[in-house]
Amino acid sequence: MKLNLKIWRQKNSAVTGRLVDYQLDDVSPDSSFLEMLDLLNEQLVSEGEEPVAFDHDCREGICGTCSLNINGIPHGPQKATTTCQLHMRHFEDGETIVIEPFRAKPFPVISDLIIDRSAFEGITQAGGFITARTGSAPDGNSIAVRKNIAEKAMDAASCIGCGACVAACKNASAMLYVGAKVSHLNLLPQGAAEKDRRVLSMVWQMDRAGFGNCTNYGECSAVCPKEIPLDVIAKMNRDYAVATVKNIFTQAM
Amino acid sequence: MNPFLQLLRSSLGKKYLMALSGFVLAGFVLGHMAGNAQIFLPPEYINAYGHKLQSLPGVVLWGIRLFLLLCVVVHICVAVLLTIENRLARPDRYEKEATVEATISSRAMPYTGLILLFFIIFHLLHYTVRSIYDYSNLPYNLHGETVHDIYTMMYLGFSHWWVSIFYIAVMGLLCLHLTHGVSSMFQTMGWRNEKWRAILDKAAAAYGWVVFLGFVSIPVAVLLTEHAGIALLDKEHVEATLALAKSLTLNQ
Repeated sequence: MKLNLKIWRQKNSAVTGRLVDYQLDDVSPDSSFLEMLDLLNEQLVSEGEEPVAFDHDCREGICGTCSLNINGIPHGPQKATTTCQLHMRHFEDGETIVIEPFRAKPFPVISDLIIDRSAFEGITQAGGFITARTGSAPDGNSIAVRKNIAEKAMDAASCIGCGACVAACKNASAMLYVGAKVSHLNLLPQGAAEKDRRVLSMVWQMDRAGFGNCTNYGECSAVCPKEIPLDVIAKMNRDYAVATVKNIFTQAM
Repeated sequence: MNPFLQLLRSSLGKKYLMALSGFVLAGFVLGHMAGNAQIFLPPEYINAYGHKLQSLPGVVLWGIRLFLLLCVVVHICVAVLLTIENRLARPDRYEKEATVEATISSRAMPYTGLILLFFIIFHLLHYTVRSIYDYSNLPYNLHGETVHDIYTMMYLGFSHWWVSIFYIAVMGLLCLHLTHGVSSMFQTMGWRNEKWRAILDKAAAAYGWVVFLGFVSIPVAVLLTEHAGIALLDKEHVEATLALAKSLTLNQ
């Protein structure tokens, strides 16, 4: 395959970047999107140019390290697929592909296509955990969890924290991510004890980091490689309202 | 921090305010539409209804008006605030941006909302303050008491084709605004899950359509009666009221 690439090049966060045109002549349709970028980088290095910086790790679609806005869609056109699992056969021969970093104020560009997603770590540190030491894994079924609750919690827990939801949201809102983390822990008996404190702190940290507000577009869930449902946002909204009301009453007493 | 202040400053607190003020306004719009639909009954009904509302005790009438105004003000102020925050959250736009899922109604919310604001001002000047056309001298004899003839006022108001077209167009935008707004309300308040999502989305669209068709039926009926000779409304009553108004003016 022949490809025309328009890739965001930005040396560091201090300078402004721009789209640069590249051409690749011999790309296998069976290669992955990241392998295609590897090929480009080999070509750039052999020409003595600086290779394109991009994030990647497991290349199995489970770590959440890869990103990229491909032709305007986070993780590209294939539904429920991370960039590393996206294959070139989903593109046309001779197609022009625009590749940009995920964009949001809390996700500053470090270099080219690499962004700093530590704003997510901050939110998780604010409440995305269970305080008590639980020791090693308990025996199966020692804590009974209803099947439908376990399913919902597992669906929420499948979030890999890649940030595609923020990248796709027209408002750069992180509510699908925070909703997933809140729902995952608040649904389970191990996490339920701290559910009020958790949702209040995580939402507070999310706001402080400068993410936008959800206007129920649904773009986040549509591009999520793990297909996290919008349900988790409704759950977070519900838990936050309940926690706030409880908070107001306990402080008044 | 005071939990109440924390709520108001938080993203979700602002969204709750949008949803709750929107709930009041969406409910008002449906009630208003149902009240107006009485124009399809003999003139006595809507005139008696209007008279009853107008003669509510001042505290109640103005209480309701100010509460609605408060909801409008809160809805607009919070919307502006949220929109500013959303713009600030992505200072660098994408060179290429695609839309996968978002509906036109959801993306047009700020624009439909802004046009609706101008419409509300026009509508109040038109039929409440009555400063665009003079409807002060339209007497109606309601069981021996002379009251304002709302039936005739509405008929005269919509007999100007440009007014009717404007109202019909804006009601289309209101339908769009409600389609996204009513379904969003349930999401924001956390009152739905994946099972209910599709049903609530359809219910919200149905709500928008009911309000749209209900409101639009009135200017359409007036235009058909006045200009196409299809008598859906009582034109004779309107002419009789105008004749009565004229004779009263001459007698004075």
